[in-house]
Amino acid sequence: MQTEWILGLAGGVLIGIAASIFLLVNGRIMGASGIIGGLVDGSGRADWVERAALIVGLIAAPAAIILFTGEGETHLTGNWVVIIAAGLLVGVGTRLANGCTSGHGVCGISRLSLRGIVATAFYIGAGGLTMVLFKHVWGII
Amino acid sequence: MRILISFIVGATFGAGLLISGMTDTTKVQGWLDVFGNWDPTLAFVMGGAIIPMAIAWRFTNGRKPVLAESFPAPPEPRLGRNLVLGSALFGMGWGLAGLCPGPAIASLSYGGIGGILFLLAMLAGMAMAPAIRTRLDQQPVAV
Repeated sequence: MQTEWILGLAGGVLIGIAASIFLLVNGRIMGASGIIGGLVDGSGRADWVERAALIVGLIAAPAAIILFTGEGETHLTGNWVVIIAAGLLVGVGTRLANGCTSGHGVCGISRLSLRGIVATAFYIGAGGLTMVLFKHVWGII
Repeated sequence: MRILISFIVGATFGAGLLISGMTDTTKVQGWLDVFGNWDPTLAFVMGGAIIPMAIAWRFTNGRKPVLAESFPAPPEPRLGRNLVLGSALFGMGWGLAGLCPGPAIASLSYGGIGGILFLLAMLAGMAMAPAIRTRLDQQPVAV
């Protein structure tokens, strides 16, 4: 258990360092949903190369690590209805809210942005409620 | 140069997500599952990420980014319905599958067919969002 917390903290610091470099060097906020969403809806056309480069790195680094360590496992549910519903909700929700765990959570809370704090409270609250209903009450997940 | 920095940032972000366990949906759902076998790892990840970033924000005062003209504008003070509704919808999807946008991309190489399906659905949702936002903005605020 403690090992997982230490790895969590270490990985978290790496995420924070990545966000810091993006801010201090490129002057940008490292929000995953904004970077991807801007490519999907065309609002990020002007700097699409930078967005694409970040996404390539985001895919390549875990792939390279797993090449050495052996296995990576996401333990994602096998229920395709749940996967599709969840994906749609995450896609629509993060773009409506203009941010997700990285943008509102890491980058927003760290500058004490009220929007970031409120968004984080709502997505964690909604996530917790979803676990109560869909796991404990209805037994779907 | 900005492109190379973007790649390095993405790679560091991805490594952090993998090492912290945030691409493992059971750890994320474990954090949200307060009434189950609660897993506090996500709090350590968030805390670990917020600390360097808070220092970085401090550092922006009176300076310019190395490779850009200006830092992002101060956060908007207005909350708004879209922020609350969007975050609630995102939270539901996050709870259902245990994936948010960063880890969904980072786990592409080892997330299997389910991971690809989630990613495609997420991209579809992102493509639908501007139209939904327009419709919502035409409705009067209910609360």
